[in-house]
Amino acid sequence: MATIKLENLIKTYGDVEVLHNLNGNIKDGEIVVVVGPSGCGKSTLLRMIAGLEKITSGEISIGAKIVNDLEPADRDIAMVFQNYALYPHMSVRQNMGYGLKIRKIRKQEIERRVQEAAEILGISEYLDRKPRQLSGGQRQRVAMGRAIVRDPQVFLFDEPLSNLDAKLRVQMRLEIRKLQKRLNVTSIYVTHDQVEAMTLGDRLMVLNDGVVEQFGTPIELYDNPETIFVAGFIGSPSMNFIPAEVTTKGISLCNGKKLKKNIKYKGKISIGIRPEHLEEDKNGNINIVTQMVEQLGSNSLLHGTLQDTDIEIVASMPGHITAEAGSMVSFSAKETNIHVFNPITGKRLG
Amino acid sequence: MLKRVHFPTSPLPYFLVAPQVIITLIFFIWPATQAVYQSFLIEDAFGMSTEFVWFENFVYLATDEIYLDSFGRTIFFSICVAFLSMSLALILAGFADRVIKGTTTYRTLLIWPYAVAPVLAGALWVFMFNPTLGIFPYILEFLGVDWNHYLNGSQAMSLVIIAAAWKQIAYNFLFYLAAMQSIPRSLIDAAAIDGAGPIRRFFDHIFPMISPTTFFLLVINAVYAFFDTFGIIHAITQGGPANATSILVYKVYNDGFVGLDLGGSAAQSVILMFLVVAMTIVQFRYIERRVEY
Amino acid sequence: MVQNRPILDLVSHLVLIIGILIVALPIWITFVAATHDPLRMTQAPIPLLPGSYFWENFVTTLFGKGLSGAETAPVWRMLFNSLSMAMMIAIGKIAISLLSAFAIVYFKFPFRMGFFWLIFITLMLPVEVRILPTFEVVANLGMLNSYWGLSVPLIASATATFMFRQVFLTIPDEMLESSRIDGAKPLRFFWDILIPLSRTNIAALFVILFIYGWNQYLWPLLITTNSDMTTIVMSIKQMLESAEQQPEWNIIMMTALLAMIPPVFVVIAMQKLFVQGLTETDK
Repeated sequence: MATIKLENLIKTYGDVEVLHNLNGNIKDGEIVVVVGPSGCGKSTLLRMIAGLEKITSGEISIGAKIVNDLEPADRDIAMVFQNYALYPHMSVRQNMGYGLKIRKIRKQEIERRVQEAAEILGISEYLDRKPRQLSGGQRQRVAMGRAIVRDPQVFLFDEPLSNLDAKLRVQMRLEIRKLQKRLNVTSIYVTHDQVEAMTLGDRLMVLNDGVVEQFGTPIELYDNPETIFVAGFIGSPSMNFIPAEVTTKGISLCNGKKLKKNIKYKGKISIGIRPEHLEEDKNGNINIVTQMVEQLGSNSLLHGTLQDTDIEIVASMPGHITAEAGSMVSFSAKETNIHVFNPITGKRLG
Repeated sequence: MLKRVHFPTSPLPYFLVAPQVIITLIFFIWPATQAVYQSFLIEDAFGMSTEFVWFENFVYLATDEIYLDSFGRTIFFSICVAFLSMSLALILAGFADRVIKGTTTYRTLLIWPYAVAPVLAGALWVFMFNPTLGIFPYILEFLGVDWNHYLNGSQAMSLVIIAAAWKQIAYNFLFYLAAMQSIPRSLIDAAAIDGAGPIRRFFDHIFPMISPTTFFLLVINAVYAFFDTFGIIHAITQGGPANATSILVYKVYNDGFVGLDLGGSAAQSVILMFLVVAMTIVQFRYIERRVEY
Repeated sequence: MVQNRPILDLVSHLVLIIGILIVALPIWITFVAATHDPLRMTQAPIPLLPGSYFWENFVTTLFGKGLSGAETAPVWRMLFNSLSMAMMIAIGKIAISLLSAFAIVYFKFPFRMGFFWLIFITLMLPVEVRILPTFEVVANLGMLNSYWGLSVPLIASATATFMFRQVFLTIPDEMLESSRIDGAKPLRFFWDILIPLSRTNIAALFVILFIYGWNQYLWPLLITTNSDMTTIVMSIKQMLESAEQQPEWNIIMMTALLAMIPPVFVVIAMQKLFVQGLTETDK
């Protein structure tokens, strides 16, 4: 049973605190994606779990064991690095077997495990090549093979796909997902790419400025973002935000138009609506002055500004649409698709 | 400067640096401090008593005409060696960079004097200029030059300069060639399209672009001429005739080991150390600048 | 090439060939002198074309008593001494520099910067400028006339330490992280990962240091008084001195040739590594 428990983790570099009191439980066999913009502390967190960075305070447990003071090698983990970190002077076979060799595992056993992993990853025919003779995708597989042969309790992935081209990235993403489910090893995957995070993770931990903004399933994050940050970060194109105010008469947008939504809060708020949730509606109250239309084929993106303001709004509309620049299009949104946030704390209000 | 990850704390790094640190302390730091200490001492002629005299040795050197002459001579020698070997190397590298085929072959044939020991270089040249047997005095006689570097001070100086420059050509050539080959081809092509001929291209574009290398080589050649030419001089002239080729390093050796003037020799060593430090700093400045670029 | 200028190309080759002739002339004269009998070598002008005594001179020089009248060790013995000294210096320097660079780059420990500066300082102190006190230290340690005395004082080298430090710094951090996860202890990492990754630099440095060691002159001259410890490079000077009484230029030049061959051979055989090493070490 390899659950991972993070308790009150703090990390400081000199005077700068980069992780603030971070908590989280990762279940056995689960793949958790830690996602956030660069500099949010996600790599630091992963490296602390790996044992490559000291923990300033707090506790990390893997299984039932606190691993704070354990060497990386003693934590029973395997890590896949962004630049693969393959030993350039060793063959694929030696690369994959190196960790086992150090652990003084018998030669035949190493060979058996390497063969097995190579077969799973489809790299059996490259075992005697050097890393430089392999393509990016093949190197990526070797890096994973190196993790698999160790048969660890935990896999750690540090942006492993960011050096691949777009097409290969999509393919490898699916492979990692399948592999993880097949081996059923608890995994933590770090990325800055929210699409990768959504498709790969059982659960997502959204990190911003060293704080966990939200920790939940991709659907939870999409449907019920806890904070403005999560709302804006998850989903593509990003959610539209419109300043508004709740008065006794209901919600009124900053351009004076009314919006229907049941909410107890009174005062200034921020309204969030995803582009794909804006529905064209002649009687709608969300009026957008068109600037341009992007044709994506299956759907179209209408870029414009909210009437009488310079707040930029994007609406995703099915099929091909035509709209002259300067023309006005009206939209409405279902009440469940309207998110309300406190503009100061960023917290969700409803 | 440092990796972002380190191995855990242990006594191991101390054992790792120990060999180098111990050797450095015993054979570098201790002798260097000894040299500084001795430079403040005067020993009497029989080595019976020593007296602590502060800067008297240095004051003596500053007024000693033989020493000042040696200083000036060293500078003259360095400039001549650097100029001669660098300009020859530059010409050769310029042409070697031009030829399409055979650059490597030419390089192979030009680099090996680097491997010849200074004292051997001296021996080869002293043989070629041997007044009775040498090939050059034989030729020079037809030109009406009576060559004898054992008697003629300026002839002796010319000979050590030639020998020292000869040995250094290979090194300068390598660096010049490497610098020229690292100039992007497109730049030279652009100059050609602008209508610059090969000679113009060399002076207007190639030469300015390799000026950092020229500066670097100047420092290296100066250090070489100051310190690494002992063997050449020892083999060819032994500092003579009448001190005509006695450069600073040679004088340190001669005063210390032959003249047994420990204090004076130590004071000269200390001055040389300062010179090396200055040159090293200049060189490091240069390296830093390179890194920025 | 930008323009096709056959005349300029011809000039280029011509200049280069003249350059090579100038550079090679001393060696040619040496070689020619080593192929004649002693009598021919006393008559001016000395020959410019090889004679027929090469083999004879070679055998006399290498295995004979060498120069008549000079009390030197046989030349093969000097070659052996030179080889020992050069190998000890090259291997010793590489070994201690690798270790200290490893410690400085991969460990964080008290006085790390102190050690760094201590090593750095030696960059500024060539043996020539501290020759007398260093000689005294070696004499007091009883290391005169020994291979240790010939090599150890020349072994500490900031240049090599700096180069390895540079090389180690360019090795991605992930190499260390990944091998730590693999469970490699420091020395294991050093041996399994760092050494193989720096092997071209090690080889290049070996060429440079071998030549440096082989060509040492002043230092062996001072600390060897016993003729059994004479190095080949030193012996040239002694032979030149005796040549003033009784010149045997054929033997002297054969000895010079023998003294030159090993380092020249190393440079040419390992040209690529050497050029790479030279331009990287000094920059």
